[in-house]
Amino acid sequence: MDVLNHLEEESIYILREVAGQFDNPCLLFSGGKDSITLVRLAEKAFAPSKIPFPLVHVDTGHNFPETLQFRDDLVAELDAKLIVGHVQDDIDAGLSQDETGRYASRNALQTTTLLNLIEKHKFDACIGGARRDEEKARAKERIFSVRDDFGQWNEKLQRPELFDMLNGKIHSGENVRTFPISNWTELDVWNYIQREQLQIPSLYYAHKRDVFNRDGLWIPVSDYVKMGENDEVVSTNVRFRTVGDMTCTAAVLSEAFELENIIKEIGSSTFSERGARIDDKRSEGAMEERKKVGYF
Amino acid sequence: MEIIKIATAGSVDDGKSTLIGRLLYETDSLKTDQLEHIKSKSESRGFDYLDLSLATDGLLTEREQGITIDVSHIFFSTPKRRFIIADSPGHVEYTRNMVTGASTAQASILLLDARKGMVEQTRRHLYINQILGIQHLVFAINKMDLVDFDRHRFIEIKNEVNEWLKSASMKVQSIDFVPISALQGDNVTTPSKKMPWYDSLTLLERLENIPTISSLQDDSLLQVQYVLRPKTARHHDYRGFSGKVNSGSFQVGDKIVVYPSGRSSQIKRLEKHGIEVRQAKEGENTTILLEDEVDISRGNSICNANNKLSITKQVKAEVCWMQDAALVAGAKYWLQLGVQRVQIKVRRVVNRLDLNQLIAEPTTSLGLNDIGNIEFVTAQEIVCKPFLENKGLGAFILIDAQTNNTSGVGFIR
Repeated sequence: MDVLNHLEEESIYILREVAGQFDNPCLLFSGGKDSITLVRLAEKAFAPSKIPFPLVHVDTGHNFPETLQFRDDLVAELDAKLIVGHVQDDIDAGLSQDETGRYASRNALQTTTLLNLIEKHKFDACIGGARRDEEKARAKERIFSVRDDFGQWNEKLQRPELFDMLNGKIHSGENVRTFPISNWTELDVWNYIQREQLQIPSLYYAHKRDVFNRDGLWIPVSDYVKMGENDEVVSTNVRFRTVGDMTCTAAVLSEAFELENIIKEIGSSTFSERGARIDDKRSEGAMEERKKVGYF
Repeated sequence: MEIIKIATAGSVDDGKSTLIGRLLYETDSLKTDQLEHIKSKSESRGFDYLDLSLATDGLLTEREQGITIDVSHIFFSTPKRRFIIADSPGHVEYTRNMVTGASTAQASILLLDARKGMVEQTRRHLYINQILGIQHLVFAINKMDLVDFDRHRFIEIKNEVNEWLKSASMKVQSIDFVPISALQGDNVTTPSKKMPWYDSLTLLERLENIPTISSLQDDSLLQVQYVLRPKTARHHDYRGFSGKVNSGSFQVGDKIVVYPSGRSSQIKRLEKHGIEVRQAKEGENTTILLEDEVDISRGNSICNANNKLSITKQVKAEVCWMQDAALVAGAKYWLQLGVQRVQIKVRRVVNRLDLNQLIAEPTTSLGLNDIGNIEFVTAQEIVCKPFLENKGLGAFILIDAQTNNTSGVGFIR
């Protein structure tokens, strides 16, 4: 069996286990490539039925307008149920507080909103698009990852996973994060998008955009990002490798206007291109650190 | 290209980290920043070579911090195959991790130090391989550089291993031996100039040539995961039974029997992802539609009528225990076998394996990391088979009824 078929079968099996073992699951949908892949897998797993769980989107209020448009179009096409949680609502209710400073982002605030949604809708399982190749810490993440009443990951609650048997038994109030594409790589996701001819937000393709360079990262100019006095706006061809909040998603310089070129760009093993990617990743990590400092 | 999962286990000092690092390095799987990290650390330690064991550095830190030691999955590819190495520590106290990591593996790499030959850990690793029915063993005789690349030493170890396997009556489909030096890169991915007497495949070539289809199971069986009932105008009376074909295959028109009810019917239609197909094979997810209205729910098995399967409430099994609270007679657990789930009551703990001597001794309880035989009774009848005859129907997990944690894994004998 070829790699993509193998991965697809594994993911569909996991999605059916989620639907079979839980009363009230939901699929966390960010509008990014991984959650788009998840949606296609769910379509296949339950056809000719509709996807038997709602899509849940946590809207930071700082999303790219392209992503929101894409989300609404997809939901309409699938006739799926969409539940949106607004970070702004939680801020207004005094449950969350906006970060301040140069690197202010609502990335961390999403957690509060998500946990509130879980509690409000009594979700017992959330399907997410995390992959083990994303970072070292994720390499050990379970496919079914149990969270306690507070949404916390408890090391002692982590269950060994043997063969393909998944144990989703939980106490009331607990919740399981489930990761059907755990064993996919970034490149697998792109190859699948190509094979399945999936629509993806235009942000992933190279396009002309106003950006400025901060610490080696190309930050999109928007109302939500505070620019420094010395920051210089340039208009150039860029694309996004991940699609998140406008405050924490940096662009990469790219001429990949088509899917084949994106795949080439990601799959290429030449030093310079790979190096550029690593820089990108490294800086992402550095940004994470800064966010922590800003947060605390 | 296909995916193969390979289990490995060993201690830090047998060169396993170096071997994995070497495989990653020579298959061009290390990222630039990882390589830079290895270069600068090797230099600062005063080595005149690359210390490739640093490739798995993250894991080592984790060990030092005392976080639950776990199985980590290492990915790399060659033009022929994608490899997933399930790497777990080899000491007795990590037996459950070893079992977990190896549970989905098709092959095992057993790393031996050329100076020491077989050690206690090798035998334990082999025993776990046997429980799991892993059919392909590759013995990497490492540190050949420390025995002057001596052919006689290699043959000595090979004989030692073969004799032990024979005396323990372990039967597998293939056993291979490769003399290597992970440190210097001999016979890992490129043939060694220092061992001209070895003219067979390098370790990587060996791994690339392990057959991935090893299933000899011909029972056609599917455990129902989910019943599809769209209830739309177009699919008003649609009732589809979805699941993964556990073994064998199904075709439209096949006569089937449902377990445990024993009701029979015939396959009217097969679907894959909502599209009609003629056949569904082992490992594929499918949806079965039947000619008759049969009451089938999640956990039931749909089998080809030609395969005689039996249902039972009395089970004998070998288990590996994975939690602190001991397994004792009288205790109740949930049993999950594939996707069927029933309650069980332990009737007897028969014995416990001494993991050093590999001798079974009578006992009344099994603790964390223990392997032993038990007998239990199930609340409802289940469909099962000895593990070595049908992996999908012979392996189960036990779930603690209080904590809901996965407490152990078992193999029907």
